[in-house]
Amino acid sequence: MDPTGEVGQGLKSLIITSFGLMLIVVIPVIVMTILFAWKYRGTNLAAKYTPNWEHSNIIEIFVWAIPCVIIFFLAILTWQTSHSYDPHKPIASEEETMTIDAISLDWKWLFVYPDEGIATINEVAIPVDTPVHFRVTSGTVMNSFMIPTLGSQIYAMAGMNNDVYLEGNEIGNFRGRSTHYSGEGFSEMLFDTHVTSDEDFRAWVNKVKQSPKSMRFPEDYNQIAKPSIANPVEYFSQVSPDFYGDLIKSYKAGHGGTDSHGEHNEARESSMPMSAQAAE
Amino acid sequence: MFGKLSLDSIPFHEPIIMVTAAAIGIIGALVVGLITYYRKWGYLWTEWVTSIDHKKIGVMYFLVALVMLIRGFADAIMMRTQQAIAAGGSEGFLPPHHYDQIFTAHGVIMIFFVAMPMVIGLMNLVVPLQIGARDVAFPFMNNLSFWLFAVGMILVNVSLVVGEFAKTGWLAYAPLSELQYSPDVGVDYWIWALQLSGIGTTLTGINFFVTILKMRTKGMTLFRMPIFTWTALCTNVLIILSFPILTVTVALLTLDRYLGMHFFTNDMGGSQMMYVNLIWAWGHPEVYILILPAFGVFSEVIATFTKKRLFGYKTMVWATAAITVLSFIVWLHHFFTMGAGANVNAFFGIMTMIIAIPTGVKIFNWLFTMYRGRIQFTTPVLWTIGFIITFTLGGMTGVMLAVPGANFVLHNSLFVIAHFHNVIIGGVVFGMMAGLTYWFPKAFGFTLSEKWGKRSFWCWLIGFYVAFMPLYALSFFGAMRRMQSYEQTEWQPLMIVAWVGAVIIAMGIACIVIQIVVSIRDREKNRDLTGDPWDGRTLEWAAASPPAKYNFAYLPSVESIDPFWEMKQQPGGFKRELATEFEDIHMPKNTAEGPILSLFALFFGFALIWHIWWLVGLGAIGMFVTFMFRIFNDDTDYHVSAAEVEQTEREYHKRLEMQA
Repeated sequence: MDPTGEVGQGLKSLIITSFGLMLIVVIPVIVMTILFAWKYRGTNLAAKYTPNWEHSNIIEIFVWAIPCVIIFFLAILTWQTSHSYDPHKPIASEEETMTIDAISLDWKWLFVYPDEGIATINEVAIPVDTPVHFRVTSGTVMNSFMIPTLGSQIYAMAGMNNDVYLEGNEIGNFRGRSTHYSGEGFSEMLFDTHVTSDEDFRAWVNKVKQSPKSMRFPEDYNQIAKPSIANPVEYFSQVSPDFYGDLIKSYKAGHGGTDSHGEHNEARESSMPMSAQAAE
Repeated sequence: MFGKLSLDSIPFHEPIIMVTAAAIGIIGALVVGLITYYRKWGYLWTEWVTSIDHKKIGVMYFLVALVMLIRGFADAIMMRTQQAIAAGGSEGFLPPHHYDQIFTAHGVIMIFFVAMPMVIGLMNLVVPLQIGARDVAFPFMNNLSFWLFAVGMILVNVSLVVGEFAKTGWLAYAPLSELQYSPDVGVDYWIWALQLSGIGTTLTGINFFVTILKMRTKGMTLFRMPIFTWTALCTNVLIILSFPILTVTVALLTLDRYLGMHFFTNDMGGSQMMYVNLIWAWGHPEVYILILPAFGVFSEVIATFTKKRLFGYKTMVWATAAITVLSFIVWLHHFFTMGAGANVNAFFGIMTMIIAIPTGVKIFNWLFTMYRGRIQFTTPVLWTIGFIITFTLGGMTGVMLAVPGANFVLHNSLFVIAHFHNVIIGGVVFGMMAGLTYWFPKAFGFTLSEKWGKRSFWCWLIGFYVAFMPLYALSFFGAMRRMQSYEQTEWQPLMIVAWVGAVIIAMGIACIVIQIVVSIRDREKNRDLTGDPWDGRTLEWAAASPPAKYNFAYLPSVESIDPFWEMKQQPGGFKRELATEFEDIHMPKNTAEGPILSLFALFFGFALIWHIWWLVGLGAIGMFVTFMFRIFNDDTDYHVSAAEVEQTEREYHKRLEMQA
């Protein structure tokens, strides 16, 4: 693994730390297994044999205490990192956080830049060293949004907003993908992530703005939401003002149903009808 | 007339399926022909199909499991082959439509129709003998459980040729499994196969829970029960508590698909998060249902073959009980990335890690059982030592996955695949193979070939590491699960290594088949005349091999944890003396209602899958009538006469004396 984002690097060291902590018990167990199996082999009549020995307080204390101590430290590490790497937590930075909406469709990704009024298919560009707030939802079945070298993934679920904060710290082009199986075109549900300098980012935005195609909800959306596999990159200028919100709301009111999820509405994104925070 | 079913439902254009179907057809015809030729239908019906004998039911479960292991493995080798080919733009030989069915079927078959029947089969064979009982508490229900399970198994196999199987992954996450996204019959096959076999499993859970609590012989207090029986008890508690969740979840999905309801749909207030929570509230206890009995097997094997008491019996029991309870409060670790807050994720992460404590203690206890023992390196011991090392590694990667931060990058990757195969192959499969070799002579009266058993072990062990270590490595380069193809040609070498590993495992499976064939051929040489081939410690070894249908002519009485071992330690040793007086033994009668009811259940399930409504009605009425017939049937038991018991026992002792 070769992370190119702050979150990714932090998680890499977390994996290595937890791995190291557990080796403290795993290595002795493996060594003891082989050692005991060899030493107390049936043919070795010189080894001590105690057929009725079945209990020892000292060993009992030892075998409970060692795992307890290791799990204690791992638990502290878990508690802290669950909070510090909470995908919902904004990244502290001098740069202003940018918002991009990532919408999983069959079988492609639609990205909307609400502040720029542009949208793309299967390509996303972000300025380097700038925290990005990805708001993630789905226009189809459950998917999971991930740019592996940048860090955390998060589920994309229809009618719900989810979020993940990521930051690219190296200029380059990185593959992103859905990691959650979603049907026939899943394997090719990939997109390019361009981490660029600020100037290149502006140039990219301008390029997208040149596109004659529009992304209005629901008419243009319904066209693009039709299933396709390995959809080529597409650009859209003119995006409806609250495209993301409208899409999420469409799963509530648009289908003639009443809002049966009232209790979830107080979740952190108050503009969103429902957030994936229901488990809390 | 036939609902959605037509000749077009059979995939004539798929050569892989057609060749497989033809092969199954030929083998099936051959088996039917042989049975007819040797006039064995009557024997099969009276001695096996309608049998309520827990030993025979156990054997049938295990036989089905071994056959399905081959089916599930065929899926596995196809997946590995596909991934070894489909790099950098190559589509491989399996299109997504087929590949997606294969990984779904592989998961469903290996869990529900291989691992579960092995565990339940072993419990059937061993538990009543270990507790000194003559049968289970509800013998008819036991037969019905098996046949309902068989119906599920048959439906999965029918889907291979008639229609298709689900393309949703083994847990059929909604909304992908909803009608909108999976309009074909695949998910319906999944639903009815799981629903019918799941009811069978629930009945088994109740049956064995009651059996263990109510039918122990004189003097066997809870804390004198053999450790395998303890793990079986905990597993049955888990079955009783968790399988109803599966039943209800699948039933709600059924309502969505058949009656247009919206429990788990995207719109109309459906909640896919509810589905995921419910399915894992069953799914996580399920993995402990599988692993606890394997732990029990290892405990029995290690104590027997080190010729030493199990170290820390009470600790083992309490550790098992702790795992049982904890397994219900960790399910969220399967979806840390769903977006719950940090506190929720941290809680479930830490709870998951806490399970590692009792599990670690168990590992240490097995090690200290070996310590100062006299270890005989029989096949079951090899499986046990292979398990300790492999499972420890799998446990470690499990704890890594339980750290939510780490999970955010490892989730859905091949790391998860490598982890759970690490614990399921290294734990459940190794455990069941150890159990099979250990108790096979008890069921059949002759031991299995050690030579082929050891070959099988080494193939499985090496094959596992070659197949799954590359997947751990690949996950760090971003390889995800369930990919039909991938762009990165640099992943291909490791994918090919994994394929080689799968081939080595295939050799391990072949060794098991050869082992059984060779052992049957050489059965006269390997007869277990004493009933105690391993110098065992627990009551099942006090019975004959194979035991008489009533297990024990006289119910033994028990004063310690290793009663049979204690008997043998008495001055003068243990002698199998023939009793002078015998009495009638009350036994249940065989039953035709179990298989008949299940046959109607098969019609019922198949008809629901294909919307053949008249057949649904016929199946439902048939099940109801058969059930009523059973309820009003008073003629369900009989007495084995004292004379018959005496004759059986005399014959057994004659054989013993001839051997002496």
